[in-house]
Amino acid sequence: MLAHLLSLPALALAASLGVAAGLGGYTFVFAKGSSYASDAPAACANCHVMQSRYDSWRSGPHHAAAVCNDCHTPASPAAKYLVKALNGWHHSKAFTSGDYPDVILMRESSRAVVEGQCRHCHADVVASMEAGGAVSCVRCHDSVGHLR
Amino acid sequence: MTAKQNPAGPARRTWPFAVAFVVVAFAAAGLAALLVNISGRQAEAKNPTVRVVELTDETVDPAIWGKDFPAEYDLYRKTAEMGKTRFGGSEAMPRVPTLDDPRTSVSQSKIDEDPRLKVMWAGYAFAADFREDRGHAHMLDDQGFTKRQQVVKQPGACMQCHASVYPAMMKLGGGDLVKGFEKMNPMPYAEARKLVDHPVACIDCHEPRTMTLRISRPAFLEGMRALKASQGVQSYDPNTMATRQEMRAYVCAQCHVEYYFKGPEKRLVFPWAKGLGADQILAFYDEAGFKDWVHKETGAPVLKAQHPEFETWSQGVHARSGVACADCHMPYMRVGGQKVSDHHVRSPLLNINRACQGCHKWEEKELKERVEGIQTKFYSVRNQAMDALISLIGDLKAAKAAGRSDKDLEGARYLQRRGQFLLDFVEAENSTGFHAPQETMRLLSESIDFSRQGQIALRDPGFKPTVEVVAIATTPAPAPVPPLVK
Repeated sequence: MLAHLLSLPALALAASLGVAAGLGGYTFVFAKGSSYASDAPAACANCHVMQSRYDSWRSGPHHAAAVCNDCHTPASPAAKYLVKALNGWHHSKAFTSGDYPDVILMRESSRAVVEGQCRHCHADVVASMEAGGAVSCVRCHDSVGHLR
Repeated sequence: MTAKQNPAGPARRTWPFAVAFVVVAFAAAGLAALLVNISGRQAEAKNPTVRVVELTDETVDPAIWGKDFPAEYDLYRKTAEMGKTRFGGSEAMPRVPTLDDPRTSVSQSKIDEDPRLKVMWAGYAFAADFREDRGHAHMLDDQGFTKRQQVVKQPGACMQCHASVYPAMMKLGGGDLVKGFEKMNPMPYAEARKLVDHPVACIDCHEPRTMTLRISRPAFLEGMRALKASQGVQSYDPNTMATRQEMRAYVCAQCHVEYYFKGPEKRLVFPWAKGLGADQILAFYDEAGFKDWVHKETGAPVLKAQHPEFETWSQGVHARSGVACADCHMPYMRVGGQKVSDHHVRSPLLNINRACQGCHKWEEKELKERVEGIQTKFYSVRNQAMDALISLIGDLKAAKAAGRSDKDLEGARYLQRRGQFLLDFVEAENSTGFHAPQETMRLLSESIDFSRQGQIALRDPGFKPTVEVVAIATTPAPAPVPPLVK
């Protein structure tokens, strides 16, 4: 059994797994991978493409009340990390390939998350407003999160 | 479990390891590539700027500026590209170079597309050659080789907006910009042409040490001073008093404006002393008794409107909201980790994501349809105004041939001058009505009204036009008399 484990192919596989793990681990640390699990707004601007959004949030009215995740991820923990994972995939794919427009527009699903979060925090206010049908909060309040 | 006991064994047991090895090796290679990519992106964010050459007020060649600002320079060079939008832009029409015109391509002829323009401009050089504008890179050649040059003697003043002229003016004036301006204006075109080498370049808009925006054209400084004075602001100087956002429109307004050459000294003047509106400009010309030429068919003292983009923009909602020319025509873009303004100046319709969507969060398709909707409506009314003017010109021509006196025709001729100027004002403007849709439609309505009033005036001697008829001298003033004839 021991001889089997010490066979040449097994050693080669173990070594290559080690290299991959080391490289992967280093890449994860180098790219500040763990920061993405947090709620820190600075993590969203790890990539410079988000810098202007980060800056406009810092000068916007909501910056004292809400961080990126408060508006851009759902309130329930399971949904939150699912959205984080999905956005993480989309963003890293776009940023690595460079295939994205200069003016980035939200996907429909991302807009739905934001609209949901407006209602999550401001439930008292919107409950009576929406009696007549659904309205979009950010269509009018488009600079509460990011000052324009 | 040895090779002797089972010769096929080791091979069978080795291949899963080999596959796993290859897979992991590829994964590791992918990780290494990702690591390098991330590292590269992080380096981009550091945004290094290295100045390798020193730029001075004498550095006219944009290629030298390009050594310090390669991203902007590369984009600037792209203005040589040609491309059409639905109503504007240019198509490269191949042409066989000749001795007097070495151009291998030109843009489409507007007077061939709409021959009514030739009637409107009868007796004026534009009836000989008028083409769709091309990008900045072509301005010097397109001005130098147009047939208009052969029809009339053009002055050095033309160079103001067809060449990078700032260093040449400074040299000519011995360091005094206005003196150089005054010397260059009356020069014969060919003589002034020898003083310049480039189409509009970096130094025409940028101060070379700090890169701040700077006005380099005396005509704009004088025009703005007159405009602001009419609004109660004395001694206005954009270079010291304008905000940066205002300058992002003003540098373009050094050329994209209505103008005329005043007097025998051919001083380039922007007619803004009464305001930027087309009616105010018309009132300015009436007061000055200025005409560009006498219409060949009708004898009317008419005006040629140039390209009043700045004036038209100033009447629209984008100007009201503080949106400058550069916001849509040179929108911010990403080059590596650097944010630069797109020096490939062009129609926003060719660049909707950057030009429009930063503010208007709608789909590209919808935005394009909205713009083209405005332009389509404009174009149909523009055609009606053109027909009305051509009708008046026809009637005037017939009345003149029938031997009616100048006094008899004065009212209709003045109405032609008004109707024609307002139509030409929105026609020469380069946005097909978009820069100020409602104002442009108002001007077209006025134009149609004046043309039709002119026709009524010819039929009914008792007809009173809605505007006072201003007498404009149609005979050239004797040479020594100063230009402002009373």
